[in-house]
Amino acid sequence: MKLNGSQIVMEVLLEQGVDTVFGYPGGTALNVYDSLYDYQDKIHHVLTAHEQGAAHAADGYARSTGKTGVVFSTSGPGATNLVTGIATAYMDSIPLVAITCNVSDDMIGRDSFQEVSITGITLPITKHNYFVNKIDNLAAAIRNAFRIANEGRKGPVLIDITKDVTAATIEYTPMPPIALTPNPTFNQTTIEEVASVINMSKRPVIYFGGGVQSSGARKELYELIQKADIPATYTMMAAGVIDCDDPKNLGLVGMHGTVAANKSIDEADLVIALGTRFSDRVALNPKRFARNAAIIQIDIDASEINKNVMINYSIIGDIKEVLTALLPQVNKAEHTEWIDKVTAYQKIVRAPMPNSQLRPKEIIDYVCDNTDKETIYVTDVGQHQMWAAQFVKHHNMHSFITSGGLGTMGFGYGAAIGSQVANPDKRVIHFTGDGSFHMNMNEACTAVSYDLPIITIIFDNKVLGMVYQWQTIFYNKHYSQTILNRKTDYEAVAKGFGAQGFTCNTLNEFKEAYKKALQCKGPVWIACNIDKEERVLPMIPNGGSVKDMIID
Amino acid sequence: MAKEVISIFVENQSNVLTRISSLFGRRGFNIDSLTVSTTDDPKISRITVVFEGSGQKLQQILTQTEKLEIVKEVRLLKKSESLFRELLLLKIACDKYNRAGIVQIVDIYRGKIISLNKECMIIELTGAPEKIDGFLDMVSCYEIMEICRTGITGISRNAIVDSEDV
Repeated sequence: MKLNGSQIVMEVLLEQGVDTVFGYPGGTALNVYDSLYDYQDKIHHVLTAHEQGAAHAADGYARSTGKTGVVFSTSGPGATNLVTGIATAYMDSIPLVAITCNVSDDMIGRDSFQEVSITGITLPITKHNYFVNKIDNLAAAIRNAFRIANEGRKGPVLIDITKDVTAATIEYTPMPPIALTPNPTFNQTTIEEVASVINMSKRPVIYFGGGVQSSGARKELYELIQKADIPATYTMMAAGVIDCDDPKNLGLVGMHGTVAANKSIDEADLVIALGTRFSDRVALNPKRFARNAAIIQIDIDASEINKNVMINYSIIGDIKEVLTALLPQVNKAEHTEWIDKVTAYQKIVRAPMPNSQLRPKEIIDYVCDNTDKETIYVTDVGQHQMWAAQFVKHHNMHSFITSGGLGTMGFGYGAAIGSQVANPDKRVIHFTGDGSFHMNMNEACTAVSYDLPIITIIFDNKVLGMVYQWQTIFYNKHYSQTILNRKTDYEAVAKGFGAQGFTCNTLNEFKEAYKKALQCKGPVWIACNIDKEERVLPMIPNGGSVKDMIID
Repeated sequence: MAKEVISIFVENQSNVLTRISSLFGRRGFNIDSLTVSTTDDPKISRITVVFEGSGQKLQQILTQTEKLEIVKEVRLLKKSESLFRELLLLKIACDKYNRAGIVQIVDIYRGKIISLNKECMIIELTGAPEKIDGFLDMVSCYEIMEICRTGITGISRNAIVDSEDV
């Protein structure tokens, strides 16, 4: 049948199983939105306040489901507003398809109204992008975008369609989604070699990242932990892959990781790195990281091998497939003494701060103890994000939604909206700070419009907490531009948006507010006034190693 | 640091060159020279890149390049098993007194004089980069008006290309 370009966009999205998109209309996107009007029964479009919010929402949708997030925008500023969202997804390897419209092909290159070369702008932050100025190429571009976003190491793909293409017609033939390129294969000799290294190890530790989640290798990871009796530590991208109550879970690794996690890596004779990239927030000093250990790295992306830290043994492949092949070769073992030693470090905790009525850990503990295990926690970026990573009781995959690699302040509210839209039956808690929240609180209107019962908990310390903390420790308390002291009345602003707001100064006030929030139908904000001297600890300074760890 | 030469086989479509050069740029590699040409397959172009890099850094840029959607294959051209050629166009000032001396050098290097007038001549020379360098050294005592080098293009000598190269 003959369809126009906009209808083809809809049909191909349906081929891919897409039923939800996030976005914002505009001049060049008029045809696409006109078609969306006809397809509204099949494709649910969530209108945000800003394209950046839409991009983060599509990202949150993808992170909380494992499906591909889809975002629409118009040309020019609509497209550039997506950039931070696309870069966020790129850094965390999240499958996202962004569809932007551009001016008509005959207007391209003339500095036309709202014209921008978004394929040029997004070149370094997408796995691939397409500029479609011929109707013949449209369907294939969108189909391939979904393939590329999901194969190998996942990530965002952008398709820029000129307005004339959205109106042009062509014969459309439905097609099933393109098969993904098979994962890299690995040979049995390497598997046996790696297994024998694991079998010989006396002090092994597993260090895993987001790749385990995107590969869906939770079960295989657990099997390795149990069978070979190996303690495990994770990066922030993998929070929730193993249960917080598991005795062999050493917690978060890296700059703000646990003493147990960082010491275990330092003292281990073998580090097994799964789906992780030795980033500078984990291997702060690449020369000293795992200095006593041989390192095995298993990753789907060959360019991650030896990128930051030199590796002794590597297998390129999908974590699930590699572990499935590896597990039969791994001997059942017991490392009781080693595990006892590293888990004992867990007990080093920071003394409570005096005279504080409301502490971040107490807030997070109360929230986690009063919601079910299916709850999805979303964060912005800064101190509150680290507290959430450290203190949230992680039980499930796809349940801790946070901007890891890019560290995008303003990610949270959009991502929470995407997560709640994708998971209407789950509770979504959005932790944010007074710094981050001022970057994205405009999305409250979206949460209100769609009746999304997101509970936003604002850790309000009146400063830009993380930078403030660094200035305190490393910059002689020169608080350059970090004393925010905003006069924002969160209760009033929430009310102004049509949401509900509470403010609390003590834990009891917080408990009351939280109980009420759980009963609300729409979004709720709870502003928590916390002490600005609260620190994120432990902390290893930039370029440091475990010996430089600040514990209290 | 060692100069490396790689051949990148890419889909012949717009923006391909930008994708490659942008990747090298953002990963901190300085491209010494870059040539693009079509291959026997009209859908595939060959990009030859010369850059400085060794060991782990070299491995990193090769694996990053291979990840690009438009890249079909990356080959590292080993010096001992490959042929490299470059084309030089050189405009050199000459008059009735020194013309013969220049022509002599051009002959020794088996170059060609492709343009000549009373003030200057243009020389065309093909060869390995070392030969071009040697030639330029020899004529450096004359007044060189303009130099244009194409950059290196290279090919493996072997009938079958060792896939272990990368």
